[in-house]
Amino acid sequence: MKNKYWNAITNGIFGENPLFRLVLGTCPSLATTTAVDNAFWMGLMVIFVLTFSNIFIAMMRKVIPDKIRIPSFVIIIATLVTVVDLFMKAYMPAMHATLGIFIPLIVVNCIILARAESFAYKNGVFVSACDGFGMGLGYMVALIIVSAIRELLGNGSFFGIDLLGVNFPAAKVMVQAPGAFLTLGMILGIIKLMSSRKKAE
Amino acid sequence: MEQEKLVIQSAPHIHSPMTTQKIMFYVICALVPAAAVGVFYFDIRALVHLLLSILFAVLTEALVQRLVHKPITIRDGSAIVTGLLLGMNLPVAAPLWIGPVGAAFAIVVVKQAFGGLGHNFMNPALAARAMMLAAWPASMTTWTSPFDGLATATPLAIMKTGISDATALPTYWNMFIGNIGGCIGETSALVLLLGGVFLIYKEVIDYRIPLAYMATVFLFSSVFGGNGFDSGLFNLLAGGVMLGSIFMATDYVSSPATPRGRWIYGIGCGLITMLIRLWGSYPEGVSFSILLMNIAAPLIEKFTTPKKFGEVAKKK
Repeated sequence: MKNKYWNAITNGIFGENPLFRLVLGTCPSLATTTAVDNAFWMGLMVIFVLTFSNIFIAMMRKVIPDKIRIPSFVIIIATLVTVVDLFMKAYMPAMHATLGIFIPLIVVNCIILARAESFAYKNGVFVSACDGFGMGLGYMVALIIVSAIRELLGNGSFFGIDLLGVNFPAAKVMVQAPGAFLTLGMILGIIKLMSSRKKAE
Repeated sequence: MEQEKLVIQSAPHIHSPMTTQKIMFYVICALVPAAAVGVFYFDIRALVHLLLSILFAVLTEALVQRLVHKPITIRDGSAIVTGLLLGMNLPVAAPLWIGPVGAAFAIVVVKQAFGGLGHNFMNPALAARAMMLAAWPASMTTWTSPFDGLATATPLAIMKTGISDATALPTYWNMFIGNIGGCIGETSALVLLLGGVFLIYKEVIDYRIPLAYMATVFLFSSVFGGNGFDSGLFNLLAGGVMLGSIFMATDYVSSPATPRGRWIYGIGCGLITMLIRLWGSYPEGVSFSILLMNIAAPLIEKFTTPKKFGEVAKKK
């Protein structure tokens, strides 16, 4: 399967992973990765918003005037985020309360605006949908990796299931803000190191 | 730095007989008495803490340098100093794995990730201590009294919670010789001062930073501590001011290089320490104050760089 649709999906997960490669959307990634549960739902919401914003923007790219394209993007994205926000409030009030302000803040998430501007505005509907889905999936995978490390070290558990027992000396700092910076920084460093070695070979 | 063979500089070319190895050796010499006093007061467990911290600091340094294909520089002794300082910053009742974890953090995250010796932006041992305090607050603040190993509070913690009876606070003599609760290597002001005098005599450290630090702590707490010079003396002897001002704040890499900058840096450390002690939520503020001033060091340097010879001030 080496066509452009498949490439658009895998590109978001590996080549241009939003969090680990483009380092976009770091602010919500620091806040919502205290537990794998939070990261999973945050990731799902981003996939939804990103896929559909890419679809709508690609559909309307011929009629949106160039000068007001950013406000137009924001209106489309904000509409989708409102849908997600209300949906979460109605069906998952607990998760809605945990993620709090970071759900409405998806509107200003750099990844979504960046993909709208650099991809959906210039490409067809179906390939844009694939790109949005791939990027969202890449973001979710990255969130889950960061949160898995943080939850395991900071709480001794994974997805809320206690793995390491009550005697594990959980490092509280890992589920606090500094833990997010430490984890993300180390992962970025390791990825950078590995890719620079690959290039050198 | 031994690996940098070619250094291009303008005159004067003065060669210093001081090598990294020699400096680290002197620092270790100055630290060992304080560490020994810690072992004397807190028993063999303190020694195990110290040795484990040193061992793991050196091992991680070698391991990381091997993994990233760098020359292995454990022979320069800097990892030993980091491990020793870290061990001296642990309460003796802390679990034994905490030293190794802290040492690995200090070396990997704070030192090697930023480029190794000479490139760490803050003191590795202190940064590791701050991390451990945030990660395992209960283990890092369980204090025991010397000799009997019973749970106790540090003088600073007694101050913080309010003195219930006057006998709760140790005498100044006990605080001076180190017969109080606290981290392994911070309690004895006497031997730490001796170590400091030795380092200043050997020109390993500059007297400005410890002097400015201690003077600020003394004056500030005398004025605002509520008990006049008693508070001043108490705050000088309690907690980690001695260890911090002599051995940690003077770290070459993370403190300013200019003389005027060093005064500012020392005063800043003292001020932040006292602000945390008197009005902060933590009883002790030495580590955080030094870390904060470490970050401010480049800025201080920028504003205190002396004029070059022959340079004329720009007209505005």
